[in-house]
Amino acid sequence: MAVTTMIGAKIHRREDPRLVSGEGRYVDDFTRPGTVFLAVVRSPYAHAMVKSIDITQASKAPGVVAIYTHKDFAKVLSGTMPVTPAFVAEKKQTPPRFPIADKEVVYQGEPVAVVLAETKYQASDASNLIDVEYEQLPAVMDIDKALEAKSPKVHTGGPDNLGWDLTYIPDDPAVEKEADVVIKARILQQRLAPTSMETRGVIAEYSKPDGTLTVWMSSQSPHFVRLFLGGAMGIPETRIRVISPDVGGGFGCKISPYSEDWLVPAAAKLSGRPVKWIESRTESLQTTTHGRGQVFEVEAGAKKDGTLVFIKATQYLDIGAYMGTFSAFQACACLLAGGAYNWKHVATRTVGVLTNKVPTDPYRGAGRPEATHLCERAIDLLAGELKMDPAELRRKNFITTFPHTNHFGLVFDSGAYEKALDMAMKIAGYETLRKEQEEGRKKGKYLGIGLSSWIEICGFGPSAATAPATGGIALVESAQVRVFPTGSVAVYVGTHSHGQGHDTTFPQIVADTLGVPYDSIELHHGDTAEGPAFGYGTYGSRSLAVGGMAVHKASKKVVDKARKLAAHMFEAAEDDVVFDQGHFYVKGSPDKRKAFGEVAFASYGAGLPEGMEQGLDAVAYYDPSNFVWPFGTHIAVVEVDAETGHVDLKRYIAVDDCGNIINPMIVDGQIHGGIAQGISQALYEEIVYDDDSGQMKTGTFTDYMVPSANEFPNFELGRTITPSPTNELGVKGIGEAGTIASSIAVINAVCDALAPFGIKHVDMPASPDRLWKQIHDARGTNHDGKGAR
Amino acid sequence: MKHKVATTVNGRQHEHEVEPRLLLVHYLRDVVGLTGTHIGCDTSQCGACTILVDGKAIKSCTMFAVQAEGKSLTTIEGMAKDGELHPLQQAFWDEHGLQCGFCTPGFIMAASYLLSQNPNPTDAEIRQGLEGNLCRCTGYVNIVKSVQSAAKAMNGSKAKAGEHSATARRS
Repeated sequence: MAVTTMIGAKIHRREDPRLVSGEGRYVDDFTRPGTVFLAVVRSPYAHAMVKSIDITQASKAPGVVAIYTHKDFAKVLSGTMPVTPAFVAEKKQTPPRFPIADKEVVYQGEPVAVVLAETKYQASDASNLIDVEYEQLPAVMDIDKALEAKSPKVHTGGPDNLGWDLTYIPDDPAVEKEADVVIKARILQQRLAPTSMETRGVIAEYSKPDGTLTVWMSSQSPHFVRLFLGGAMGIPETRIRVISPDVGGGFGCKISPYSEDWLVPAAAKLSGRPVKWIESRTESLQTTTHGRGQVFEVEAGAKKDGTLVFIKATQYLDIGAYMGTFSAFQACACLLAGGAYNWKHVATRTVGVLTNKVPTDPYRGAGRPEATHLCERAIDLLAGELKMDPAELRRKNFITTFPHTNHFGLVFDSGAYEKALDMAMKIAGYETLRKEQEEGRKKGKYLGIGLSSWIEICGFGPSAATAPATGGIALVESAQVRVFPTGSVAVYVGTHSHGQGHDTTFPQIVADTLGVPYDSIELHHGDTAEGPAFGYGTYGSRSLAVGGMAVHKASKKVVDKARKLAAHMFEAAEDDVVFDQGHFYVKGSPDKRKAFGEVAFASYGAGLPEGMEQGLDAVAYYDPSNFVWPFGTHIAVVEVDAETGHVDLKRYIAVDDCGNIINPMIVDGQIHGGIAQGISQALYEEIVYDDDSGQMKTGTFTDYMVPSANEFPNFELGRTITPSPTNELGVKGIGEAGTIASSIAVINAVCDALAPFGIKHVDMPASPDRLWKQIHDARGTNHDGKGAR
Repeated sequence: MKHKVATTVNGRQHEHEVEPRLLLVHYLRDVVGLTGTHIGCDTSQCGACTILVDGKAIKSCTMFAVQAEGKSLTTIEGMAKDGELHPLQQAFWDEHGLQCGFCTPGFIMAASYLLSQNPNPTDAEIRQGLEGNLCRCTGYVNIVKSVQSAAKAMNGSKAKAGEHSATARRS
């Protein structure tokens, strides 16, 4: 590395001046000349047959340009929506999914028809005039009932409702006998709406003469969309350009392609007009993929002295009506069920169950919050049985030597789990809190302290592991570095920034690697017409550990060429040329130096070494040798009002370790946001469907609670730094850490607060009504309040 | 049937003929052409569309354009003056008060009204004062810091000059 002045520095984000000025450009801010607006007619039922679609009235409505249904789209779209193997290569059934329903609708919100009109108001008006006749069918809503032999089918004609059933490691009854204490838990991971503040949106323009398609959309992975869309529309990738401009948050729900990503471009081709569709919030809650939606049956055992023996878990995953593109990725919860601890045996099984609901797919953390939750809950339950302090049980069983190969063959690259626990306990004032808790209980004040010592697999990922998981495309990452004659640098990457600050942090890496001023470096992303042929996108906390490394690698290729040229200019041997602080010189003569810019200028001129081409560009694809493994300990402090069931989150402490840091301000920001989403799962959010009709009851923000600033305390952060040996920058990932750790920190705290009532389990969200009932049940008081206290 | 509506937006006068049902937020975005005011929900919960109407914070999806007749509207585009960011814009930048930036214009407008009513708010007052705005990225920690920082700058002898550029700034 040439210099190290930018890496690790708190550089304020260069994307912010435009974003704070209202000059960000999100999909809805673009309109092409001649644009028509698309409205989607959706099934109001969870399961029904479409008997007829009458468009007579709608087609006469003002401004209507066209109305398309399945038969129209079948002319320009082929195949089915993609489903990747992910962590479950063999599926029992993958119901074929065309982007618009034909004869049968299988979830509320499934597209049935689209209307194109001159204005969005007209499109909306006309969509209400389309008369669809349905014949309702029984909706399969409950995953337990769905697996019963007599259950109605999610798809009429389907064999059953089983999507997959895979045992990773079977139980070992002999080992289980070694345990002195055993706990059991049934943990519900409720469905959540990822809820980026910007909903999805697509604009498509098709040029008939050129046969080219341009798509503007809110996406975390525009190259993947181009790949799949090209296949569906029969257009070569070279003639499709997908632009994902400023994106108002993703959180996983903008990775996989959606029906509208196909329907809008297809409508543009059919109509010959640019077409724009912006998702409403209700459409988003109903049709954008949900996260979680799982139930875990967990059992764990330990010896009397606190030595952990075994943990086993079965994941029942509510797939929804179709398999999400990366739905099975969430099965990775099974591979991390052992968490940060040494167990003699870990056994897991995943069962995917079809229901008449919108598909689930990755949402911030995707499988890892669920793994952390089940493991950390098991630890607390075991601590309770053993009458041990939960911190001590953790400390006694932490994995301490690295690299560590877990039961599933995954290799943890580095860690110092006890150090993070110690720091978190110190910040929290753990001993004092325990004393306060004891004192408080005497006065009817129920304080709870919840720990979560989390680990994470991220930085997806090594080609050998990820290419089979996607069905062929490895999740490596690409970067192109172009040096202009004056020495300014343009960097093109395949990752996408939608809040993560790559415009700032990636140039920090380049500035240090090339030794050029940060201000002379520009980052480009989100346009498939620019940069290398393929980019893999932003998700799974991969952008830095994989994408940042691609940027570093491409920059080093540039330095290698510049060094050759500098040696030629010095008439020296290449090995004798030193590159330091952005300057080349011959060993021993640092005063006669040439700046990187001078060499860049020379690279475009005459008199290059024999065989050297002009220019100073490089493309790199980085294939990591392993995943990366961040970790940490979070502590939540709550007080539960036993009279109302209200949880007051008093303090939240987080110590996280993501290896070396490029920009501490951005790392803290990622942790803050992640923590809030996990807390929100623990206390507030839940997608609710009516069990019988399959109607969503939480279809607006009046019913689906996204918490405001008023629901959170400040978060107290600490940090340890354990560099990753996996990559040259020593970095890991931090995008999902907060969410992975926080839901169980809060739930452990709530359970800890309610321990005097004998309550060992609370479902999420731990809402006042739920806790109030549990407290009253535990006290033996009737719900009418007349019972004995 | 269309109605005439005359408004002043960020100091400039506008006159248009609009449908009576046109929401003010759609008027600003689609008719006036100011897209800094965003739409994040259908039900007036998220606050992304917050603007100032005669100095008072309003969710612009809760008004029809015709109701803004004769009113003075301020949107995020009207906050910077003479090439200098408003202290709130500067503070959101300084304190990393935004990530994806989608909710940010609404937060800045809501916070500007909050500070006009309460120039020295406590953290709790800021959290309460901004409860009509939702952010999914920041966990609100740095938004609260940003508003505190802006309050200090606006109350102090001199607001920090806004560097409206992408130049590297460290702290």
